[in-house]
Amino acid sequence: MTLLDVQHLTKNFGGLSANQDISFALQRGELVGLIGPNGAGKTTLFNCISGLHAISSGKVVFDGEDITALKAHETARRGLARTFQIYSASGDLNVEENVMVGCFMRTRSTAKAKARAREILLELNLSDLGNALVSELPVSAQKRVTMATALGSGPKLLLLDEVAAGLNPNEIEEIMINIRHIHDDLGVTVMLIEHVMELVMNVSDRVMVLDYGRKIADGDPKRVAKDANVIKAYLGERFVREHGEVLT
Amino acid sequence: MAEHILEIQNIRVRYAGLPVIHGLSMNVDKGETVCVLGSNGAGKSTLLRAIMATQRTFEGKIFFKGNEIHRLQTEDIVKLGIIYVPEEKMLFGPITVEENLILGAYVLEDKRQIQHNLDFVYTLFPRLKERRDQAASTLSGGEQQMVAIGRGLMSNPEILMLDEPSLGLAPILVDEVLDTVGRLKKEGMTILLVEQNVREALGLADRGYVLQTGRIVAEGSGRELLDSDLFRSAFLGI
Repeated sequence: MTLLDVQHLTKNFGGLSANQDISFALQRGELVGLIGPNGAGKTTLFNCISGLHAISSGKVVFDGEDITALKAHETARRGLARTFQIYSASGDLNVEENVMVGCFMRTRSTAKAKARAREILLELNLSDLGNALVSELPVSAQKRVTMATALGSGPKLLLLDEVAAGLNPNEIEEIMINIRHIHDDLGVTVMLIEHVMELVMNVSDRVMVLDYGRKIADGDPKRVAKDANVIKAYLGERFVREHGEVLT
Repeated sequence: MAEHILEIQNIRVRYAGLPVIHGLSMNVDKGETVCVLGSNGAGKSTLLRAIMATQRTFEGKIFFKGNEIHRLQTEDIVKLGIIYVPEEKMLFGPITVEENLILGAYVLEDKRQIQHNLDFVYTLFPRLKERRDQAASTLSGGEQQMVAIGRGLMSNPEILMLDEPSLGLAPILVDEVLDTVGRLKKEGMTILLVEQNVREALGLADRGYVLQTGRIVAEGSGRELLDSDLFRSAFLGI
């Protein structure tokens, strides 16, 4: 069952083509990694799918509905949630209140939003931090709070933009447990942009690679990691030599 | 005993009113590459900001070539030859790559020296030469990191402090950036490096310090740190 169908998506910024004729589909329940060099157009693709950018040409179908022309708040209501590379929550709100902001997408009742936020924090092992101000948390916890907030909006599809950047192995492990829970137990379809290959290779059913705005590979993670074009554009010979164990 | 180029004695630093660094001492010798490791929130960036005096040191002392610097203004610290390349890069997006680089030399007056440094940066990063007339904001993440490091090199630094230069970069670019750090080390540059790519950083560095909640909990050569139990549990998750 197809949840997201992206057809010939192109996004131009002036003379620069950030996404060129990209087509792919996400099946319900899939967990897909999106990798590619910096500047390849990964975040732009998320922006186009979620309606933050108007696309230049092509079509985006979500859950059977053409959402190409919809704005971000409209796609969010339909069940498409995302996180951002740079955390943009309100530092003046505590963790629970931040997650409640997401929950208000599905309810107008403060009591219900609060109850749902607490459930989510419990599910993501964040309950201890409920009263902390987000601005005072370490980056790893902030990233997990953004996932919790996105989860509060009740998504069918969750787009994660570099949630593991700058984290140490223990923190990456915690994020990995959260992502697995969201996907495996809560049944949310997930697409994640990530440079941390330990995470991408570990959780993804499938990996897609962008380079210069085009899709250059898409398929089984282990096979993609051996693709000569992917090694040349993204992984580098040295990484494959020194960190080969991560890729198998 | 050789004099340390940078010596930090028992400093305490607050960030946003909260104590972040509690009595930290460390040193760097001329020509050394020293790396500082630690989890997010351990105080690594605060340490670099304290050295630059963008964060006030309210106890303890910082010496550069034997002189106290912790009460100086940031611009005077830059003039002494201490350069900080922040994690956020902080490039000027609308102006060109070359204009960004030249801004890095604002403490120099000798035009020939500036041209010489620019040539050195272009030799180090040929890609920046190709893109010299492009607005900095149009560069990829890896290229922007090169501009940030290049800008730091423009003022003839005596010590270059790099805050997570490989953050958020594709694996192939992480290699490229860390190779560059290795090349600078070979050129004799004194480098203080904060990095999350622990193995690579320790491979490059002469020595490392491990920072945990504002204190140094371990120090030693790369090999010694990689073999220590504390380090393995804190960073490698084993």
